Amino acid sequence: MTAATPVIDRAASQAVATRAQKVSAGRVGAHAFLAIATLLWITPIVWAIYTSLRPYNETSKYGYLSWPRHLTFKNFTTAWTQADMIHYFWNSVMITVPAVILALGFASCVAFVVARFNFWFNVPLLIIFTAGNLLPQQVVITPLYRIYLTIHVPHAISSNGLLYDSYAGLVVINTAFQVGFCVFVLSNYMKTIPHEIKEAALIDGASVWTQFWKLTLPLCRPALAALATLLTTWIYNDFFWAIALISTGNKRPITSALANLQGQFFVNQNLLAAGALITAVPTLLVYVILQRQFIAGLSLGSSKG
Amino acid sequence: MVSANPAVVPSPVARKRRRRRVRTLSARDKVVLSFMVGIPLLGVLFFIWFPAVATVLLSFTKWNGIGGLSAIHSDGVQNYVQAATNYPPFWPAVRHNVLWLVVFLVLATPLGMLFAVVLDRNLRGSRVYQSLLFLPVMLSLALIGIIWELIYSPNYGLLNNVIGRSGQHNLIDWLGNPNLNLWAVLVEACWRQAPYVMVLYLAGLKAVDPSLREAALVDGANAWQTFWRVVFPVLRPINVVILVITVIESLRAFDLVYITNGGNNGLELLSVLITRNIVGQVSRIGFGSALGVVLLVISLVPIVTFLVMQLRQEKRT
Repeated sequence: MTAATPVIDRAASQAVATRAQKVSAGRVGAHAFLAIATLLWITPIVWAIYTSLRPYNETSKYGYLSWPRHLTFKNFTTAWTQADMIHYFWNSVMITVPAVILALGFASCVAFVVARFNFWFNVPLLIIFTAGNLLPQQVVITPLYRIYLTIHVPHAISSNGLLYDSYAGLVVINTAFQVGFCVFVLSNYMKTIPHEIKEAALIDGASVWTQFWKLTLPLCRPALAALATLLTTWIYNDFFWAIALISTGNKRPITSALANLQGQFFVNQNLLAAGALITAVPTLLVYVILQRQFIAGLSLGSSKG
Repeated sequence: MVSANPAVVPSPVARKRRRRRVRTLSARDKVVLSFMVGIPLLGVLFFIWFPAVATVLLSFTKWNGIGGLSAIHSDGVQNYVQAATNYPPFWPAVRHNVLWLVVFLVLATPLGMLFAVVLDRNLRGSRVYQSLLFLPVMLSLALIGIIWELIYSPNYGLLNNVIGRSGQHNLIDWLGNPNLNLWAVLVEACWRQAPYVMVLYLAGLKAVDPSLREAALVDGANAWQTFWRVVFPVLRPINVVILVITVIESLRAFDLVYITNGGNNGLELLSVLITRNIVGQVSRIGFGSALGVVLLVISLVPIVTFLVMQLRQEKRT
């Protein structure tokens, strides 16, 4: 391009100048678009927080759309005690923690085999796991419901002796349902780990288990952390399994117990808002502290490698 | 994405070597391997695939759940006939599911992609915008339903108060009016879906080789052309993933309508009808299964699309 005559040069620099102008106009437009969208997007949350901070008698007197006279955390404490929320949080812990650990444990095993060996059944295996995770829950719920009513488990695991209406039942289905996604993500991740590491281990005569536990898993820590964040949020947020497979109200985890809360505080929106926001606290903590992990998990799932 | 791992094309020699290695596994290693695959596999087969197949089989039977498996009677395609001709909520539910899908496809997903494209320009404060937009993805759908009730509530809600329709004579009952409530709930659904797509797409965009874009710019393409002619085609794999997620999420829709009014009065969805036929006093298992099969057949389209794409990539690496 050194042969350009001065005339062309000037034309080019003019083009660059107009482009620069366009770009800066574009920037302003982009900012405006994002600012407006963001404002709209956070309105429902801000409104819920605002409502939850106002005393009931103030909003009933002046209406919800009014300037605040008092702001108080009283609604939060009332909702917390009246709805016995600690109990439901504990239910959520009892379901989410084992399910996340089991799903990650099983998935890493399968992913390791698929990623590290060339068995004929690798592809069918991947299909079984991945497709299982994509099915809508309602496709399996009808037989699953009957299965849960039929399977007897020791009373130490479930007080009524059935998988139905028990924490164990929810742990099982959440694990089974999420494991497919984790297999998919982890096997892709493990395939990116250089083979040389494994070969070095083979020369040293390491067993399969050592290769898995001591060599592969530690290298997968970033992927496991991202998946753990994602799964915790998803299982904690699950609504459907708990609604369909738990019949005793006070065995429900907190997300599905929101339906009860709604009935209980139906006349008092301030209390409802406060109670609902309390249930968001764990996911908001994840959001603030582990946002990077969460997003990393999502993008691992949508991209290969 | 386009596989980031340096594509290991197995030469015939390498492949032979690997196969030999499998044969040289010790007996103990083989046992360990079969447990590592076997236990998770049995779990998924028993709790996911067996019920999925059973749904199909049960859909051709009549069973109210009482009297064990011997009480199951074959019933031909009666359940399907009945659903289509003699079950009033069926067609509205199908219509609502389709509308849900269409709104996700033409509104939520493109909007999410637009967010991603604009955020990808790395403006000042883009992280802040991204974090705030992303917030709804963290919340459970049940919670989203409740938060939006505070917006939509006829007397006390933000929306009616702002537009001045909160008086007794001119109330708009956003969630109660069967002509409006599906749209109102769809706004809630999009509120969560758009940032979800945004995050996925942003990850894809970040991975696009910047030199591609520079080359397009040098060739005199504007931003619009660069995106559609250069970036979008490169992102084909992630476009498929997003398409699959969009379809699946719209078939799974359940929580929002269930928390809003139990899925009645304008908010019927297939997922709700299935649940209603198996959970509760009267169990119509065959019938519920038939509805499940309808959902299954529709969902197989995106699932197969996704698998075909994955396998094609698998072969390439």
